[in-house]
Amino acid sequence: MTELLEAFETEQETDREPIHKVSIVVSKGSLEGIYPALIMANGARMEGIDADLFFTFFGLDAIRKDRHAKIKVATVGNPGMHMPTLLGALPGMSWIATKMMGRQMEKLDIPPIGEFLELIHDSGGRMYACHASVEMFGLGMEDFLPQVDGVLTVGEFFDLSAGAEIIFT
Amino acid sequence: MTTIEFVGSEIERDAEGFCVHPEQWNRTIGEGIALESGIAELTPRHWQVVEFMRERYLTTGTAPSVRALGKESGVPVKELYALFPKGPAKLAAKIGGIPKPRGCI
Repeated sequence: MTELLEAFETEQETDREPIHKVSIVVSKGSLEGIYPALIMANGARMEGIDADLFFTFFGLDAIRKDRHAKIKVATVGNPGMHMPTLLGALPGMSWIATKMMGRQMEKLDIPPIGEFLELIHDSGGRMYACHASVEMFGLGMEDFLPQVDGVLTVGEFFDLSAGAEIIFT
Repeated sequence: MTTIEFVGSEIERDAEGFCVHPEQWNRTIGEGIALESGIAELTPRHWQVVEFMRERYLTTGTAPSVRALGKESGVPVKELYALFPKGPAKLAAKIGGIPKPRGCI
């Protein structure tokens, strides 16, 4: 019985299909919406896994020249803050929470968004803006950081994601 | 985890092939692990990264992240991935005979 179990486990071990590629969709423009996606994309590259990032809706803020450095933690509507909603709505609250988290992240070697995108780009990760959102916000390639590889339609994104695990944040 | 004879030396490696005892390591072992990992020849640039990783691990107890490697090893991030396509920090640690880095960045 034990032998059988061992054989089964060994078989399972060899049957494991490793992940070769991830496509990560970033749809939110808050700090907690953007960072997990960047950490996962960079982490994938660190393991030799291909990684593509697709920024849509407010997620586009992460790659906008004028906004990427102004990304804030949501202090309202975020139960994780453990703070009364009214308190979170006070002016400057989001700024303070963002500053505190930024300091903590720098300690953990997590770079600011602009530098993080550069790191992912240099690591071979690709990043794209969503065509529909770009039109909706009246934006163009000139509004984005130089690391952005292009603007894609949903169809092109799915085509590009052939064989990939798609992750939505 | 077992001690095995590898390129003429006795070393203990974990299930993923990382050396358990950094002091058992030598450059010949590094070359053997590189071959195993698909890197046919270690160039001076490869060694620069591997030695930086190892040195940093032995002095601080933790291996540097890819970000730190890119900033401080003298080899930029793009080149790191060209040298070690399957993950620079992980591979350089393996070749350098130190445990697998556990950082997320």
